[in-house]
Amino acid sequence: MAAVEKKQILIVIRHSPYGSSLAKAAVDVALATAAFDQLVDLLFSGEGVLQLMPDQDSHVMNKQNIGRQLASLPLYDINHVYVDAQAAERYQLDTTRAPFNIELLAPQDMHRLMVAHDHLLGL
Amino acid sequence: MIYSLLVLSSPASGLTARTAAEFARCAIARGHRIHRVFFLDAGTTSAASNSVFPQDEGNPALAWEQLHEQHGVELVICIASALKYGMLDDTEAARYERPHATISPAFTVSGLGQLVDACANSDRLMTFGG
Repeated sequence: MAAVEKKQILIVIRHSPYGSSLAKAAVDVALATAAFDQLVDLLFSGEGVLQLMPDQDSHVMNKQNIGRQLASLPLYDINHVYVDAQAAERYQLDTTRAPFNIELLAPQDMHRLMVAHDHLLGL
Repeated sequence: MIYSLLVLSSPASGLTARTAAEFARCAIARGHRIHRVFFLDAGTTSAASNSVFPQDEGNPALAWEQLHEQHGVELVICIASALKYGMLDDTEAARYERPHATISPAFTVSGLGQLVDACANSDRLMTFGG
């Protein structure tokens, strides 16, 4: 890839981990974007917060473990990981057990975050 | 303005994939440039050369082929998704010992790096579907 201006990219992860193939696609896009040296932030919103559930065991479903893939995020250069606070509460997500540092955001703060980025990728 | 498009849904379900092609056509007509269209997940089935739609619905692949042929729009399908959905070019069909390619030659098969590159080189990235 030729040297280009870096863009601020926000990837909004909206799908529950095993309900849609877009869930894994979102994680793949996040890792690829970071691997290609772009400025990436992540926002888990709505059902997407379920991707952060601790102790996921996808073995019985014969699916790759999304929780384990997400746990490799700190190896990549991802700036900030944000989580929809309302959704985290609705799904009673224990955010203290997320595999990396997260920041909980109220709806108005999510809006501000989206406006502040050059590109939004909602998956 | 330079646009890139990300297409996530199949032309067989809903209108979103068709809307994406229509958006591209209109943007070009208004003088904008489409840098690339990247197809991910079910969106990769936009490339299918063997789909048969009812006659009065038209052929969704045709709209993309016209954009490619008349305006040089680059159409890229994500390789990881494409394999799962059976969207193979000649190379992948040979690699996985499948009898023949299943995508229109207007489309190329490549990796997520092409999506990242599209983000970096476009003023706007429009997502359709998901």
